[in-house]
Amino acid sequence: MTRGLIAAAGYLPHWRLQASAVASVLGGNQGKGARTIASYDEDSLTMAVAAGRRALAAAPQASPSTLWFATTSPAYAEKSSAPIAHAALRLAPDVLAADASGGLRGANAALMAALRSTDPATLVLAGDVRTGPSGSSEEREGGDAAAALLVGDSETAPLVAEYLGGASATREFLDRWRAPGELRMHAWEERFGQQRYAELAGAAWTAALKDSGLDTDQVTSVAIVGPHARAGAKLAKQLGAAGVGVADTLSASVGFSGAAHGPLMLTQLVESAGAGQVVALVSMADGADVFLFRATGDGAAATPAVAEQLEGGDDSLTYAKYLQWRGVLPTQPPNRPEPARISASAAERRLDWKYGFVGSVDRDSGAMHLPPARVSFRGGAVDDMDLAPMADVAASVVTFTIDSLAYSPSPPTIFAVCDFDGGGRLPVELTDVTSEQVSIGMPVEMTFRRINTADGIANYFWKARPAQATSKGQN
Amino acid sequence: MGSHGIKDRVAIIGMGCTPFREHWDRSTDDLMVDAVTDGLDNAGVAKADIDAWWLGTAQSGMSGITLAAPLKLEGRPVTRVENYCATGSEALRQACYAVASGAYDMAAAVGVEKVKDSGYQGLNAFPIPTDGTQRTLTAAAMFSLVAPAYAQRYGVDPDELRRTLARIASKNHSNGAKNPRAQFRREMDVDAICKMPAVAGMLSVFDCAGVADGAASAIVVRAEDAHRYTDNPIYVKALSFVAGNGSGLLDPDYDYTHFPECEWAANDAYAQAGITDPRAELAMAEVHDCFTPTELVLMEDLGFSKRGESWQDCEAGVFDLHGELPVNTDGGLKSFGHPVGASGLRMLFECWLQLRGEAPDDRQIDTIDRGLALTHNLGGYPGEMVSFVGIWGNSTD
Repeated sequence: MTRGLIAAAGYLPHWRLQASAVASVLGGNQGKGARTIASYDEDSLTMAVAAGRRALAAAPQASPSTLWFATTSPAYAEKSSAPIAHAALRLAPDVLAADASGGLRGANAALMAALRSTDPATLVLAGDVRTGPSGSSEEREGGDAAAALLVGDSETAPLVAEYLGGASATREFLDRWRAPGELRMHAWEERFGQQRYAELAGAAWTAALKDSGLDTDQVTSVAIVGPHARAGAKLAKQLGAAGVGVADTLSASVGFSGAAHGPLMLTQLVESAGAGQVVALVSMADGADVFLFRATGDGAAATPAVAEQLEGGDDSLTYAKYLQWRGVLPTQPPNRPEPARISASAAERRLDWKYGFVGSVDRDSGAMHLPPARVSFRGGAVDDMDLAPMADVAASVVTFTIDSLAYSPSPPTIFAVCDFDGGGRLPVELTDVTSEQVSIGMPVEMTFRRINTADGIANYFWKARPAQATSKGQN
Repeated sequence: MGSHGIKDRVAIIGMGCTPFREHWDRSTDDLMVDAVTDGLDNAGVAKADIDAWWLGTAQSGMSGITLAAPLKLEGRPVTRVENYCATGSEALRQACYAVASGAYDMAAAVGVEKVKDSGYQGLNAFPIPTDGTQRTLTAAAMFSLVAPAYAQRYGVDPDELRRTLARIASKNHSNGAKNPRAQFRREMDVDAICKMPAVAGMLSVFDCAGVADGAASAIVVRAEDAHRYTDNPIYVKALSFVAGNGSGLLDPDYDYTHFPECEWAANDAYAQAGITDPRAELAMAEVHDCFTPTELVLMEDLGFSKRGESWQDCEAGVFDLHGELPVNTDGGLKSFGHPVGASGLRMLFECWLQLRGEAPDDRQIDTIDRGLALTHNLGGYPGEMVSFVGIWGNSTD
């Protein structure tokens, strides 16, 4: 029996901000490439849920008994986010769901713990939204993304990558920091951190080789992930010289996605490795962690792959819109009451619907009820319904409207009546689409989003978005 | 269905109606006092003569004390009712049934809404604790879904439909311009309306009802007692109300080109009143033109036009002030605005004036000899709405 990754999935948001779009407003160096941008209705958790759905869909035989969620940008300072992902992914009630938050290293720690545990399957989710003051390096070099690593035994499900060994190195030093609630990250003098990371990464690399019984020349490719480009430069040079392929860190296409970046890069390494090839993740975050895996060529790949997602997306986002989405540029909302806070008890009663997107279907007439109902609108039968999980069912637009008056974090609200394949209707908000792109008959898929925030409570529910060609048939 | 109605058993003997305005200088209490005082004076009765009161308000107050306190009522039952945008009509419906039952000799229905004090645009429901999964769309956007669906189903060119909708707005503005109680008294031509920027789907602000404060009242007695108070009472011919079950939002068979709740309420009301051809038998109708596509579809749901033909009838002027069946002769919600609790009674007030021959000359309908008028309210959204239809006459059969 071996242990490793049963599935690995990445999630890149639809929107990309071109460096030139920033320069056109702020001036200065035009720059190259783009970074990924979480939509106004996405956060670290919704993106992680999207990645988690992809990983679980690739390995339906694995049911995790532990869920970890790592981020530096949680929705709450004092409430776990992981149970929300647990509800959205419809995991069993006896699954432990907890956060590995508070720093960049959480995902590494969760992955290491999962690999060392005896759980048949553990799901490690990581998501981050990287924001900074206008013109800051965090804004320029950051990226928003998520990844999901489903860790387990080969007895649970075929592995896509077998874990060969790993190691960590820890020493306290001050390199980068951000106080709670602060937008801006602070950095100590760069050379200091660079040297500390070089030492730690070198030590962890050596220890990981020893742990796995491998030599450097047996490693095919490595991703060296750190909070600044220079942190891993020495190790990259050294491994490059030894013939190891050093992966592009996606700095010009995604940016550095914080706690999610290590898992995202690992996903991409595994997806692009041939069977038998050894891949390594070196993640530097308040210490260094090294993971060595051998791609098996078995198991099911999550779709769409990171490479496919890099090809897609929409890079027409304006800088002003981006600033508005992140709350950096306060803008006037429509003159409507702000949303009221949700009711905790009402939300809990509707856990299946609100988080799991589960409707009910009348056993007799087959009429679909979204949201679930006790009495059927067709035939009137009472309490004679089955649960109907609809999150993965395709739908299409029957009719739509553009609402410029409704309160929205990003007006106008694009809204459609959507009919689901096989029955069922829901009038629902659309996302990841512009007014010009929506049309009657357009195929859509469901996506878990942050609807609004009131009284500090993040209100999550589902929206529909244009079906992604690359993700056809997923889940 | 055992819906028997109370045809010719109850009569209205007096009505009051405030102007509908941005009443910055009038409180909810002021509006109710004005509307009730006018109604009592109009009927020639005193406050103490009213045995029971019904107050319709959606969110301008709770309980009967909302009315009892400002009017200083003494020892009388006051019931506050709410049924979305049919709230004012619902108050009257209850008052009529109370008198018809024999429980009271004289009852009053009062409708009021103070919308402008919210500081927001449009109508906004007060927050009810929920799970946070409800739609947050505006009513304008939900009703805008009707226009493309109607155009597609009946093969109407969307640009042509756009002009028809503008014509409906223009007609109601033209009627409202003649009415001193209306908020908007400026005529608007079709071209100007078509040029307005869209705010929801193909609708501009000129396709939406205005927002205003207002109040209205009606006093009802048994029909046989009516002539003790007035020479020309208005008789209740039918009262019908349907609360939809929301299946249109769930059912892929619903096509957004009709409102079944309105059709049901109309059919029930016609049965109660003994009407078989509403377009020919009614003298006029006041319908719930919250948005222009609403009035378009209502002409079919209320049986004034055949399915798919109301747009042609609108264009042909059938529903104009001097058309075959005048609709919204007072200017409608379009010109008055929509203080939710008051609107149903405001519509009845226009029927009251017209059927008694008291409407000003420039607004008096030509069809008064038919003797019957209809008022209609709906509330909610396409797929999930309430609907009221009332029919009123100036004589008993």
